[in-house]
Amino acid sequence: MGYVAVKGGQEAIANAAELVEYYRLRAATPPIEIEQIRTQMRLLVDKVMGEGSLYAPDHAALAIKQNEGDVFEAAFVLRAYRATLNREFASEILNTREMFIRRRISAAFRDIPGGQILGPTRDYSHRLFDPALATETLHSVEAFLNAIDCKIDLAKIAQIPAYGKVIDLLQAEGLLLPRDNSDRRVADVTREALKFPCPRSASLQMMARAETGGLMCLGYSTMRGFAAGGHGTVGELRVGDVPVRVKDPRGRVRYLGKVTLTECEMVNSAKGSKRAANVPYLSVGYGLCFGQNETKAICMGMLDNSLREPNEANPANSQEFTLYHTEGVESYGFTNHLKLPHYVTFQSGLDNLRESMQRTLASYAGLTVEPAAK
Amino acid sequence: MIENTKFQSAYNFAFLDERTKREIRRKILKAVAVPGYQVPYSSPEMPIARGWGTGGLHITLAIIGREDTLKVIDQGSDASVNACSLRQFIERMTGCATTFDSAAASLIQTRHRIPEEILTEQQILVFQVPQPEILRSVERHENKTRLMHAEADYSKLWVSLYEAYVRYGSLMRGAGYPVRVNGRFMMSPSPIPRWDVPNLSGARCLYLFGAGREKRIYAVPPHTTVEPLEFEDVRFRVEDWHGTLCAYSDQGQAFLDEIYEEDSTRKFVVNDSNFLDKLRGGPRPPQRLFQNPQ
Repeated sequence: MGYVAVKGGQEAIANAAELVEYYRLRAATPPIEIEQIRTQMRLLVDKVMGEGSLYAPDHAALAIKQNEGDVFEAAFVLRAYRATLNREFASEILNTREMFIRRRISAAFRDIPGGQILGPTRDYSHRLFDPALATETLHSVEAFLNAIDCKIDLAKIAQIPAYGKVIDLLQAEGLLLPRDNSDRRVADVTREALKFPCPRSASLQMMARAETGGLMCLGYSTMRGFAAGGHGTVGELRVGDVPVRVKDPRGRVRYLGKVTLTECEMVNSAKGSKRAANVPYLSVGYGLCFGQNETKAICMGMLDNSLREPNEANPANSQEFTLYHTEGVESYGFTNHLKLPHYVTFQSGLDNLRESMQRTLASYAGLTVEPAAK
Repeated sequence: MIENTKFQSAYNFAFLDERTKREIRRKILKAVAVPGYQVPYSSPEMPIARGWGTGGLHITLAIIGREDTLKVIDQGSDASVNACSLRQFIERMTGCATTFDSAAASLIQTRHRIPEEILTEQQILVFQVPQPEILRSVERHENKTRLMHAEADYSKLWVSLYEAYVRYGSLMRGAGYPVRVNGRFMMSPSPIPRWDVPNLSGARCLYLFGAGREKRIYAVPPHTTVEPLEFEDVRFRVEDWHGTLCAYSDQGQAFLDEIYEEDSTRKFVVNDSNFLDKLRGGPRPPQRLFQNPQ
């Protein structure tokens, strides 16, 4: 072919792919195993599964390895894979009251029925380096695990009950704003483009898939005055395993397995309806995401609240702003498309600019010349 | 440990599953039936990033058949890295024949250009669209722009053109010049240069537009009137190189790239890579040319 085709785009791509693989491996250290990532990078895997919108720890771990730990890329790989899967079933509605609780806290009450369970968290650890980890060995890991095993009473684990929810208390007392729940539409944001205003189901789905940092940015903004109501209170935050069931073609409900979820109910003051505008009700914002990702669940809860009070003046009160711009895979892709060549569009703009500039400069020149001529 | 087979399931012909293809085809039919109207569609994630041609890919993969011959261009060039990447992907997923020859292709996916050579009834041109909403520059809220389209309320767009004229002495719209399709919908022609805009009107081929990130499909069917917005006394104009000729073919009357040499001198070269190859190799292929008003 002619001159342009020899620019060698194809070859450049192949070389770039090979080179980036070389960068991943050039230090010649032992390869990280998928199982190591899945287990020792647990929170990263959870984040990638949430943003990748697919509960698949092994796949998430592979995506993390393949992209040298780039969370955006890893979530993207998971999403792209997810989009190729046929949806054979829709699960029965998950009942988070059945959750096997690993962690459960309420900031709203000192004590709650069943008790506060701090569970696995670094909330109260001091952010200091742990130099021992630099020389950690399989031997030291086993010693630690043996010490823990001695403390576990298997009989007690079997007795762990399911816990009621904190918001049940508020509901029973009639403190919660009665919501119009007539909109029972269940949107599917993976099969239908959003139309605004969108039903709450679509809004919650979008946020459950959203990028954690993006949600935090807007969630944080609601607490700094860019939404009415100040900061809410964590009614309940729980992390644990919830059974998933589907109905088979004969109508029998079948147990599939468990998924780890983080669920958060953010309690905030709410504006009453027109009829009872002065009654200071509470409202509950709901957050739910895969794995243990508490920042995301809390921010989602805050934003669920703020999105139900539309106000175009604040990003967090605008469905369009919040849902479009926290969508990680889309914003990441479009931001990076700026690296593609744009010389045709740029040329087209230059053409206008040059002409307009000449015209304007010529008119200025005319102005300076004119008085002199007089 | 993971079994090796777990990540190696084969993909369907043309990557998308058949249900998704059907859904996209239905939306394409609707788009063809209502020229210029943006039809929302599912827009599943692709292995290519958002903003890199996913909308175009959805359309191409939904309509491509085994007997199709494919051409992919980016900024007019078959060799641009992203064009190569997309071509390679579609080729891998379909096994279809590919070509650089604009006349030989039955399906052309493009970013930011319409080939110079006249396209025929046998061809479909698929545009990659970054921002399908022509009203976005004057109204940022999607629910409002949809309403404006429904009511054919385009006053804000006209006012923005008028304001540009008052301020700068011209309409100052570069690529992506606003057009009215079939006397009804205002449409973004995707960021093609103004040079290409007249070729949208009354064409023999079908034009399909895919905006993946924004999840919209729209179309300009063959022989449809497409008018660039202009005032009676301020007319639409295409880019003008004032008689400059291409440094490689000594010919003009094509969209030219401005190329800077090592010593910062500049030269102009025909942008459409296949058109340039043909200019250098033989007779000039047929073109539709627009004359700027005097």
